[in-house]
Amino acid sequence: MPNVFEPRILAFFCNWCTYTAADLAGVSRMKYAPTTRVVRVMCSGRVDPQFVLSAFAKGADGVLIGGCHPGDCHYLEGNTKFLRRFRMLKRMLADLGIEPERLRLEWISASEGDRLRTVVNEMTEQIRALGPLHMPAHFKEWDTEVLVEDLSHDREEEVGERV
Amino acid sequence: MEHEVHTNGKEEVRIGFYICHCGSNIGGTIDVAAVADYVRTLPGVVVSKDYKYMCSNAGQDMIVEDIEINRLNRIVVAACSPLLHEKTFRSATHKGGINPFFFHMVNIREHGSWVHEDKALATEKAKAVARGAVGRVRFHKALEKRKEPVTQSVLIVGGGIAGIQAAQTLSNAGKKVYLVEREPTIGGHMALFDKTFPTLDCAACILTPKMTDIGSDPNITLWSYAEVVDVKGYVGNFTAQIRHKPRYIKEDLCVGCLDCIDNCVFKQGNTDDEFNQSLSKRKPVYIPFPQAVPKLVVIDPEACTHLNGGKCEQSCATACERDAIDFNQKESFDDIEVGTVIVTTGFKTFDAARKPLYGYGRYDNVYTALEVERLVTSSGPTGGEVVLRDGRRPKTVAIVHCVGSRDHQTNRWCSRVCCMYSLKLAHLIKEHTGAEVFNFYIDMRCAGKGYEEFYERLLEEGNRFVRGRVAEVTDVPVSAEEEGKLVVKVEDSLAGFVRRIPVDMVVLSTGLEPRQDASNVRRMFNISCSSEGFFLERHPKLAPISTTTDGVFIAGCCQGPKDIPDTVAQAGFAAGEAMALLDKGFVEMEPMTSFVNEELCSGCKTCIGLCPFSAITRDDAKEVAVINPVLCKGCGVCVAACPSGAITQNLFEDCEIFAEIEEVLAHA
Amino acid sequence: MKYAYYPGCSLKASGKAFEESLLAVCSALEIELAELDDWNCCGATAYMAVDETKGAALASRNLALAEQTGLDMAVPCAGCYGVLLKAQAMQRKYPRLADQVSVGLKAGGLTYGGRVRVKHPLEILAMDFGTKAFRSRVKVPLKGLRVACYYGCRLVRPESPFDDSHDPVTMDNLLKSVGARIVDYTLKSKCCGGSLTGTIPEVGQNLCYQLLKEAQRREADVVATACPLCQFNLECYQKDIARKYTDLKPIPVVYFTQLLGASLGLDPVALGFPRLIVPIEPILRERGIMAKAGTEPAKAGV
Repeated sequence: MPNVFEPRILAFFCNWCTYTAADLAGVSRMKYAPTTRVVRVMCSGRVDPQFVLSAFAKGADGVLIGGCHPGDCHYLEGNTKFLRRFRMLKRMLADLGIEPERLRLEWISASEGDRLRTVVNEMTEQIRALGPLHMPAHFKEWDTEVLVEDLSHDREEEVGERV
Repeated sequence: MEHEVHTNGKEEVRIGFYICHCGSNIGGTIDVAAVADYVRTLPGVVVSKDYKYMCSNAGQDMIVEDIEINRLNRIVVAACSPLLHEKTFRSATHKGGINPFFFHMVNIREHGSWVHEDKALATEKAKAVARGAVGRVRFHKALEKRKEPVTQSVLIVGGGIAGIQAAQTLSNAGKKVYLVEREPTIGGHMALFDKTFPTLDCAACILTPKMTDIGSDPNITLWSYAEVVDVKGYVGNFTAQIRHKPRYIKEDLCVGCLDCIDNCVFKQGNTDDEFNQSLSKRKPVYIPFPQAVPKLVVIDPEACTHLNGGKCEQSCATACERDAIDFNQKESFDDIEVGTVIVTTGFKTFDAARKPLYGYGRYDNVYTALEVERLVTSSGPTGGEVVLRDGRRPKTVAIVHCVGSRDHQTNRWCSRVCCMYSLKLAHLIKEHTGAEVFNFYIDMRCAGKGYEEFYERLLEEGNRFVRGRVAEVTDVPVSAEEEGKLVVKVEDSLAGFVRRIPVDMVVLSTGLEPRQDASNVRRMFNISCSSEGFFLERHPKLAPISTTTDGVFIAGCCQGPKDIPDTVAQAGFAAGEAMALLDKGFVEMEPMTSFVNEELCSGCKTCIGLCPFSAITRDDAKEVAVINPVLCKGCGVCVAACPSGAITQNLFEDCEIFAEIEEVLAHA
Repeated sequence: MKYAYYPGCSLKASGKAFEESLLAVCSALEIELAELDDWNCCGATAYMAVDETKGAALASRNLALAEQTGLDMAVPCAGCYGVLLKAQAMQRKYPRLADQVSVGLKAGGLTYGGRVRVKHPLEILAMDFGTKAFRSRVKVPLKGLRVACYYGCRLVRPESPFDDSHDPVTMDNLLKSVGARIVDYTLKSKCCGGSLTGTIPEVGQNLCYQLLKEAQRREADVVATACPLCQFNLECYQKDIARKYTDLKPIPVVYFTQLLGASLGLDPVALGFPRLIVPIEPILRERGIMAKAGTEPAKAGV
């Protein structure tokens, strides 16, 4: 196997549009990078911000959310509900030091198999350029740091910063 | 192998994992045995097998037997898309004696072997998603499908040949049908045609009896000059609102005597006759064509002097013995309940002016095929005489194929009917005028029963066929014989040189397109469109008339260009599917709805405004949110938004999804 | 409004009248055309045909120079215009070629970032300045003047960023807005023969004949062009053509900018009228657009 970094992208695809688009890409035998791991949800509106954070925490290098085009949502407007959470997440990730390119939201309709391929390939290249995120390893590092530091002192500072 | 006891906190979990080769479809790219070996090592997995075709009877039986022998209580199948075979394996799981929702499916074909080339990486990806499924399935709970009764009626949208055929089939089975047509009459495009290919039987002779039957059928409520404006509900229980445009005629009083038309103050037509493709004029009070169904006159508010606020003696109203004319008529609405919907909204023809080089709209003697359909019809604007706008009979005629079809500048698709209708028009023009007829084609596509034979017949009749896409139609002569003619410039790709062929008349065989408002219709019925804009079927081979919305079917050219026989077949198929749904009497609702844990709910009302279906209310006594399971469609928006984590979506529970995320990523 | 002006060789020689009239019109409208310093040959059609990479590099040097100014580029010669657009499109489509071009440019101390907008004066006057705004500046409407608008092939093909590639209308609309009557001229984007008039005269001249004959059949008073080579072919060879095709009568062939200038009441000399071989003044006088001989023509602006 060539020694290139294969990013792991956790993908939340809505059942009606993007999941179907991915099926269409398959039926059309389009080729794209084997970097996504798809979690099917009925609607992109089901995607809880915690899912995204959990994905990064558990080792994803990127998270892709695919929903129907605005106005086309099977549940009328679930996709736009997620759009709000997406904007919040982008800001939050930036604060956490996670590059915004690692989170992507795309509207991909059931007929846009080629769009799906393009998005996955693009995102794979972008994240490959960024390198691995290594969140689980960081957590371990931070956990050991916390153990040696003065815990109570650390907490106070943290609370102070938040205010 | 000794199995280590594994629980999800409530019960011992015993998972069976099955991975499908799908012949070489999966097995050719993914090392299925390696995936099975890997999954066997995961906690809770009791059985892990690979098999050639899991969806076969033998594959399903294997699951059934293993459940019994190994006391399995969770099943995971890694194979094709769940949209294809989830049902199959759920029922196998059920047959094995456990709840069908103790099952989860992993897509390693459409999302795996078919889209990846690197076998090692594709295998690793399959392992990861299989692990995710094994991780989530342990949390699955037993679920029941709710049964809902089906309203015993069908809404058909569009009264062309597809809608007519579907309505008749359903009525023959005794079903109640609402047929809604936007135009004043049913009949659609077929009513415009003179003859039909390849048999050359008269279109009116085969269509109008069907139209009349529809008009008098007690099972069919025909609403023409009406539109569906709103649709709500779900399979088995739709409600629709219909808007009736004012005809300015009391429909129950009008008997179609047409005295009003004769007595209109306009002695001649004053406005373009749409039915005759604007080749003639009609009056403001009119009937689209003599065999219109329903046979009711309409007053065109754009063309009528009185309705435009002008002074008019209203002689039409005076002439009507039954006082049927009502200038104060307003639009009205009907709300109906139906169990299923068939969308048969048809197509529009390509606007030939979008190809400026063909001169449509610039040169009088360039016609569209539909215009010529009207010219060759004995009931048409010229009484069936094929004459040019200046009254001359054409001696030479060019028929240009593929106008707005197979063209990367406009529409890429083949419109499927143009070759055949061009042949039909060539035959009819020759028959009516004795003209020399040239067909300019890219390929002759005559696939259909009796179609190739018809092509041969045309060849024998002495029609000319030139292979080549026409570059231009021009009236600029370069020789004496081109003087006063239209010149068709084309590269004759069989002879290998550019030709200029002077003719008297050019017929543009325009292609078929989605209707302009197709995307509005699509949204109203919550169905999808293909990239070109035709309605998208659920499966191109096996579910060509179903859509992504249960209970909404499509038939005819709104799904893609097709000829009359195919349209009729599809319409019958759609009627059959609708009937199956009605006769079953109930629908099983997917159990993926959400419910509120009252212990956790703080009554904050965040979820209430988010629900697009108004399924959530607040129980003010208990101070908690309540979700109505009948209205809930299971999108999960409220679940993701609930700040206290009080809402759970069946089959998409937080614990299930978190487990899936963690396990998918746990495989390095 | 200010543009980086790239005249190309024709406008300094056979197409001098195009340059004169263009500059006169622009200056009357306060559109500044700042000629690029040290511009070079666009390579025309010939260089691209021999060596695409070098051809693209040659053209791109001008793009790089224009990019330094930060202005949109005004390119009146349809040949140059087509070549520059092609050089841009090729670099967008073929990254390897773009790399080779940038190596070449670098040797000359230049870089090209692909950001220049190349515009033809038709686009500048009709879209940027605006047909409506132009109409408000008209002093002498070209009332009754029957014009055949001839775009030629290079300006709009293979595809034009501002008009239809087979049925362009920008010049029609612009001249209509200054009062001219536009005749139905379906040959508007057909070939004038290009360099064939010199190499295979019988073919080239036949093409010119078709164009002129059709203008005559449509009872045009004048043919308006937007390309120096079209104007040259259609005007300079008229006598030769008429010898062979005796039904052809002389017809003035002018630049659209000359007509626009006349509508603004500019000095005929400043508009390059004296350079025309088939004079346009008689028909302008006949239509009452220019004062009859002996009286002074309306003067303004210059």
